[in-house]
Amino acid sequence: MSETVIPTVRLVEHFQSGLDAPICLTWELTYACNLACIHCLSSSGHRDPRELSTEECKRVVDELQRMQVFYVNFGGGEPTVRRDFWELVDYATGHAVGVKFSTNGSRITAAVASRLAASHYVDVQISLDGATREVNDAIRGAGSYDVAVQAMERLADAGFAGFKLSVVVTRWNVAQLDAFKATADRYGGQLRLTRLRPSGRGADVWDELHPTAAEQRQLYEWLRAQGEAVLTGDSFFHLSAYGEALPGLNLCGAGRIVCLIDPVGDVYACPFAIHDAFLAGNVRDEGGFTTVWRESDLFLELRRPQSSGACSSCGHFDTCRGGCMAAKFFTGLPLDGPDPECVLGHGEPLLAGRRRTDVPRPAVDHSRRRPPVRTCDEDPLADLHARG
Amino acid sequence: MAAFDPERPWTLAPQVALRREPFGALAYHFGTRRLSFLKTDKLVAVVQKLPDQRSAREACLAAGVTGDELPAYERALAGLAAKGMITDREAR
Repeated sequence: MSETVIPTVRLVEHFQSGLDAPICLTWELTYACNLACIHCLSSSGHRDPRELSTEECKRVVDELQRMQVFYVNFGGGEPTVRRDFWELVDYATGHAVGVKFSTNGSRITAAVASRLAASHYVDVQISLDGATREVNDAIRGAGSYDVAVQAMERLADAGFAGFKLSVVVTRWNVAQLDAFKATADRYGGQLRLTRLRPSGRGADVWDELHPTAAEQRQLYEWLRAQGEAVLTGDSFFHLSAYGEALPGLNLCGAGRIVCLIDPVGDVYACPFAIHDAFLAGNVRDEGGFTTVWRESDLFLELRRPQSSGACSSCGHFDTCRGGCMAAKFFTGLPLDGPDPECVLGHGEPLLAGRRRTDVPRPAVDHSRRRPPVRTCDEDPLADLHARG
Repeated sequence: MAAFDPERPWTLAPQVALRREPFGALAYHFGTRRLSFLKTDKLVAVVQKLPDQRSAREACLAAGVTGDELPAYERALAGLAAKGMITDREAR
């Protein structure tokens, strides 16, 4: 995001006090997934029987249109396993709500790729967490690298320019940034890097997988050199405390300019915060999403000036703003203190000093008890039908 | 993309939506998926007047932009033009 320069108002202050409608939001359409990635931020696996129906989803889209929400990021789970997925995509784009969706690529057939290439209102993010099969499949499961690459090939063949190659940066792939960029370039896509959050199953692997301090520095320098060529979804604003800010707003938009709608209609402050502590309401409540967004106690609280606690005396607070709320919460750190990955190292003694019992567990878990039999099953729901 | 010429007629691009905000407006381009900020109400007024005025400069004046402010507003419009948010109405 870049801006038009008329030096008058501090936009960040407007955003921190919240907008009448989100700019965009993440909407996880299902907890069903044919993969079982070890860092899944929504602990997906099985469909939830309470998931929103097609009609309920359309009513939410109607609200988003009235609120002039510019676009939704459909995710999951694997959103394309919903039988009404394309119907919902068409409904949203037909109602002035743009769609981006995140997928592991398993349902991007040649026909789907052609259809996507023909639409100006739909964008695709293919998830890949290793630039090599070995690194990726260790995180996302056997066969998932080939599936993602095949999807990118099909998008490229169909002439879909500028799809996103979406990568969660971990200790295992942080040395592959150039290779990821080359992969995106090869298929005419754009690289998008995001931060590993200790959310969902990510909580179980975060200690082992989150980049070390040295790797964070390397990542920051790499992102600085790329400028706006590589997207980050404002994911790494905590790194801005190294020096010059990275492109983007560099603020936490949770409950202020973004939020999450989960598959059962629960509205959370952000996609990385699926926990009762960040649950604002449900789209099925009276007044729907609009009332949750505008009136929920949680969102109103998030829009008030936040205490910066131990960080208030830090000279870098204006750039990092205390970092990511969800990262703090799910590592058991106080919300008004430093980010666990604070680049000045203020998170490390806190991480070392916490007790296991301080760390909240994710409240919602749809993980399968066993990994999928075949990750690339032709019908990702086959496994679900079998268990009834 | 052609350089911004304030003497030419401009308009909001067809794939762009404007959403009013307390600070001005958000502009979102559905094709490029880029977001821009119109940081003052006056800039919003300028953009809304573009289609009815013979030139971008006349749109500025019609929206109450003063002579002192004109360079800043033309720079803002040039920024919007560079991102495809506004387009030349008579471009071939």
